[in-house]
Amino acid sequence: MTESVPAPATPSQDAKSFADHLRAIEFDARMVGMIAALAVIWLGFNWLSGGAFLTPRNLWNLSVQTASVAVMACGMVLVIVTRNIDLSVGSMLGFVGMVTGLVQAQLLPGLLGFEHPATWLLSIAAAVALGGLIGLFQGALIAYLAIPSFIVTLGGLLVWRGGAWWVTQGQTIAPMDSRFRPLGGGIEGAIGTTASWAIGLIICALIIAGIAFARRRRKRYGFALRPLWAEIVLAALACGTVLGAVMIANAYALPAGVARRLTEAKGGTWPEGGLIIGHGLAVPVLLALAVGVAMSFLARRLRFGRYVFSIGGNPEAAQLSGVNTRKVLMLVYGLMGMLVGIAACISTARLNAATNSAGQLDELYVIAAAVIGGTSLAGGIGTIAGAMLGALVMQSLQSGMVLIGVDTPLQNIVVGIVLVLAVWLDGLYRKRLG
Amino acid sequence: MDMTTPLVEMREISIAFGGIKAVDHASVDLHAGEVVGLLGHNGAGKSTLIKILSGAYHADAGEIRIAGKPVSISSPRDAKRHGIETIYQTLALADNVDAAANIFLGRELLTSWGTLDDSAMEAETRKVMGRLNPHFRRFKEPVKALSGGQRQSVAIARAIYFNARVLIMDEPTAALGPAETKQVADLILELKKQGIGIFLISHDLHDVFDLADRVSVMKNGKVVGTAHVRDVTQDEVLGMIISGKCPPGAVAGPGALRS
Repeated sequence: MTESVPAPATPSQDAKSFADHLRAIEFDARMVGMIAALAVIWLGFNWLSGGAFLTPRNLWNLSVQTASVAVMACGMVLVIVTRNIDLSVGSMLGFVGMVTGLVQAQLLPGLLGFEHPATWLLSIAAAVALGGLIGLFQGALIAYLAIPSFIVTLGGLLVWRGGAWWVTQGQTIAPMDSRFRPLGGGIEGAIGTTASWAIGLIICALIIAGIAFARRRRKRYGFALRPLWAEIVLAALACGTVLGAVMIANAYALPAGVARRLTEAKGGTWPEGGLIIGHGLAVPVLLALAVGVAMSFLARRLRFGRYVFSIGGNPEAAQLSGVNTRKVLMLVYGLMGMLVGIAACISTARLNAATNSAGQLDELYVIAAAVIGGTSLAGGIGTIAGAMLGALVMQSLQSGMVLIGVDTPLQNIVVGIVLVLAVWLDGLYRKRLG
Repeated sequence: MDMTTPLVEMREISIAFGGIKAVDHASVDLHAGEVVGLLGHNGAGKSTLIKILSGAYHADAGEIRIAGKPVSISSPRDAKRHGIETIYQTLALADNVDAAANIFLGRELLTSWGTLDDSAMEAETRKVMGRLNPHFRRFKEPVKALSGGQRQSVAIARAIYFNARVLIMDEPTAALGPAETKQVADLILELKKQGIGIFLISHDLHDVFDLADRVSVMKNGKVVGTAHVRDVTQDEVLGMIISGKCPPGAVAGPGALRS
């Protein structure tokens, strides 16, 4: 087996069907389908609410409300891909949030002084570390003691919710550190228009560089390439979406009083007719996007991600190939816990308070987001981007129903039906594609 | 050939599962460039014995020597480090990822940044698959979408890509049609020529007689006997499998029927 026959790297010679062609250029039909579904939801609510849905204000709030669940959904994808589940994330969020509140409102002020500049960072570090440790612990029970994940995390759901109450005997902790609060969005959590444009342009540059880089690599190995026009359209669509989002965030004006205060604080004068200052992108949204990018990278470009997916596809095969499946599984739960820590910071900052009921039912929204986003409960299949879109779909449904005045019980009924429907449709789609 | 140090020696290997002795003091050996057929009924212990060599199970007792040196194999990774590759009866493929991901699973090619080098892995996969199965085109699809023969070639590619010294093939032709079976047979002869030692586990006596130099027969976890295929007839081997009766041409093992 030392002689090498030249690789037949020219599949384009074969007569190909349209579907083959789409596959060759790595066209993702399910992602396009999800975006279409989101568009239908948005347009539908906009019509039902008489134009109130597709406003900068509503979309900005929608993005902020989605952040916490979207962050956790990134981790849930990996958990579900390994054929497991995590029912404890909502309770963990509550517990970690309480501890984080305690750390920054009582522990750190005692040690460093009130409103110390390091408080916010230490709080986040504490939340991520605590979440990670809890995750690793649950993961170890699942991976090494072979207790079913459903049971371990169902226990976790009860334990950490109880723990959240125990931390302060049910007392709410407020307010949070002023440097911590921007994590939750709100006026102080908007980065302003100039910075938003800058970030938007940087993201666009990265998108274009990424597409060009991937194309060069495929060319080097002589693989089938997307037609150039397709690459350009793709880049244009992606950049258009990014810049469009920036434009919308910037179009959401700060309240006049806040704008005036800001202007005067910078030494400017408040003009007669007022001044419109946009919010710009929100910190939690940027954080969620950063988490999404990092997790996508981990899932698709790192060895760890490859192991996670192969375990989901065939745990025995992964093990026989020399993958340390138990360790990988434990680390997946550790990662999930760290993301819960980040989500706990976002929701605590957003409420400006740590309450023991924070994150209630979040496990279900997170799982639903992952599943709507195309993660298969049978394991082995799922994408981070899909789960984040799934989180946006769930939140859009909910916000939209609030906007048009649907009663709370009916909201739950609708969300439940949509979840079941989405999974059914997804199953049909998969069967079609074999 | 038997005068040289064997490439693999498994000596007095035993393993029990919950009190049942799946393998009981079994000894087999394999030389470089040799094909040894392992025969026996379902449950005779041949797959279990071989899984000990490939690192999937850990023996309760016994010794494994590679090129004369005792080695400890406690995981598939250890086995691979000694150049032992296995093609499992189930193929052990992760269905949801593509051929390249399966071939390099656990031994991924990385870029200088420490990230997966998918393009390099795909290029290598195209090379090795071009040799095994020139008609193979479905590099981008999860292996779930492939035919039985194509899946088989992915599993074989994974085993031979990393310059194996010892190849274990567990029922390599069970799921294949006649043309593909012929392909596998040709491959075995080619690998043999390159000096790779092959353990061939099979139900099919004809296959084994065509391809193997020697056969070892197992029954109830014990080795009935080992023989050169030229020294025994197919009927005699059948007798070893069914009744454990060791013919004069074979070297009797602990599992041979005492008469």
